[in-house]
Amino acid sequence: MAVPRFKHPQIVTANDLYDGDVVYLTKEGGWSIQIGDAAIAEDAERAAALLSKGGAQVSRIVGAYLADVSINDDGKPEPVHFRERFRTRGPSNYFHGKQAEIQ
Amino acid sequence: MYAYNEFDARFVRGRVAEFRKQIERRIDGSLTEDEFKPLRLKNGLYLQLHAYMLRVAIPYGTLNSRQMRQLAYIAERWDKGYGHFTTRQNIQFNWPKLHDVADILDALADVEMHAIQTSGNCIRNVTADHFAGAAADEIEDPRPTAELLRQWSTDHAEFQWLPRKFKIAITGAPNDRAVTKAHDIGLRMVRDDDGAPGYEVIVGGGLGRTPMVGKTVRDFLPKHDLLPYLEAILRVYNLHGRRDNKYKARIKILVHETGLDEIKAMIEQAFVEQKAKFKGAPEGLMEKLEAVFAPPVFNNTQSLTFDNARAHDPVFASFVETNVAEHKNPAYGIVTISTKPVGGTPGDATSEQMRAIADLAEKYGHDEIRISHEQNVILPHVRKADIPAVFAALKKVGLATANIGLISDIIACPGMDYCALATARSIPIAQQISERFDELKLERDIGPMKIKISGCINACGHHHVGHIGILGLDRAGVENYQITLGGDGSETATIGERTGPGFGADDLIPAIETIIETYLSLRESADENFLMAYRRLGAAPFKAAIYGDEGHARAA
Repeated sequence: MAVPRFKHPQIVTANDLYDGDVVYLTKEGGWSIQIGDAAIAEDAERAAALLSKGGAQVSRIVGAYLADVSINDDGKPEPVHFRERFRTRGPSNYFHGKQAEIQ
Repeated sequence: MYAYNEFDARFVRGRVAEFRKQIERRIDGSLTEDEFKPLRLKNGLYLQLHAYMLRVAIPYGTLNSRQMRQLAYIAERWDKGYGHFTTRQNIQFNWPKLHDVADILDALADVEMHAIQTSGNCIRNVTADHFAGAAADEIEDPRPTAELLRQWSTDHAEFQWLPRKFKIAITGAPNDRAVTKAHDIGLRMVRDDDGAPGYEVIVGGGLGRTPMVGKTVRDFLPKHDLLPYLEAILRVYNLHGRRDNKYKARIKILVHETGLDEIKAMIEQAFVEQKAKFKGAPEGLMEKLEAVFAPPVFNNTQSLTFDNARAHDPVFASFVETNVAEHKNPAYGIVTISTKPVGGTPGDATSEQMRAIADLAEKYGHDEIRISHEQNVILPHVRKADIPAVFAALKKVGLATANIGLISDIIACPGMDYCALATARSIPIAQQISERFDELKLERDIGPMKIKISGCINACGHHHVGHIGILGLDRAGVENYQITLGGDGSETATIGERTGPGFGADDLIPAIETIIETYLSLRESADENFLMAYRRLGAAPFKAAIYGDEGHARAA
């Protein structure tokens, strides 16, 4: 299988096993519910290593994958795709999910 | 209403206990997600975008007040105080925690409900006409048959691992409110020349990636032949349905690729074999089920309350016009409760609203509640004299929206606000359409209009059979919406035609408005509804209106 071209920096995201909440792999190898805490991979090799590290934690999370991000002025990752943007905050019809939890 | 026998109760409790252990083993690490996923799906537990989602079956859309109150309790205790009614007459809870799910399932079992077979490649919740047992146009109540099919298909060993999921819908009336022609099997109750009831059997309908209207394989099937005949269909499908390609695995593809005559011959051949082996449903089962679903004892006392309220209260009269349908008993009406207030989320009801509905069903509705595939709630048997009181009570809990069958009575799947498969959001589109047409005050003038919105090609929002269908897609990283026109989910089922290129979220609502303006300007009279006008005019004037003469002016 061809390796997809590395276009953007990437982070590892998944869902928490217990409550399904969206989580991000941190530099320390733990999981945070805030995208700002995510470890950023600047190249394909580092991204693969991060995914391997996060994906191995199968007793804490479900379905780890790499998501493209851009880096904002504060050096924090921001989603490139609208699906990932929705995952950082929750549904648009109610003030539920992350947007209510992270004040 | 059907009550669980000892076997049903033991089976459901057994499944809860089994799944409780499986959840424990997943949490303690003995099961991997790959091992656990098919087990949780068999119990209706999905992992969605922001949380787990539990899909609970409401068999053929029928509930009593005790069950509705328990759904309210579950929403309040383990979720965020609301539930979402779906196009498959299920209810979904959007925020359960994994370690609470077994307790939720036990609470469901307390009121004879479960989430079994609401996912996976098996026979799903059998859906039915939501006016079953009440409609004036009904040949026979389809629910005894639906319950027979529920018992037959639940945990049926041969049909647990079909090539793909399998959906059966049944209607007892010639006016098809159950979208039977868009199901893997659609059953329509009909009578033979001697007046005996039986079924027209329709196979191979479905929406999704490859939408198809089902084809009739039997014009009349005697009632006692139903199970061996369905087993014959399922057996042909199980053996010959494609397992090499998920997108070609539904029975509609088998019917299409094999050809109607050939598939009929295969089914009839299998039927001969099945019938010879079939020992019959347990003695008297169908008769027992028919007794269970016998109509309530109606109160036929005449009263002027209804007519007086209608004559003197224009708001009530307007509610009756849209939300009350003709009942087979002239002293009664069928009340549809809209879950679609202006700007609301189609299909959502809070715990408070669910309890209010339960109270009304108990007090005025012979304890019967139905959920429609159009995501509304129905009180099927309300004495006309009580409808003003029901209306007053509904107003207090925000459930008196008088819009059934109109432009704001929109079907919308959860879309990318919740669903992991979605490619775009559906709910905000529904909200914006209802808000816009409320501003324009055109809803009543437009008349009958079914808008159906899906947030991905899987078409849970039935967009193909919407008079106006909207399909949300991801177009190069931006939400984009395709429009189809002229779809119809009734007995004259038709797949809508795509207008052309899709629209960005900001351009979609103006495009819908243009379509409506075009209809209003071209209709022959107010009696010619949108679908009739579309069938007369074709797509051309609508396309010209939304794309302009150059073709793509406003399209993204």
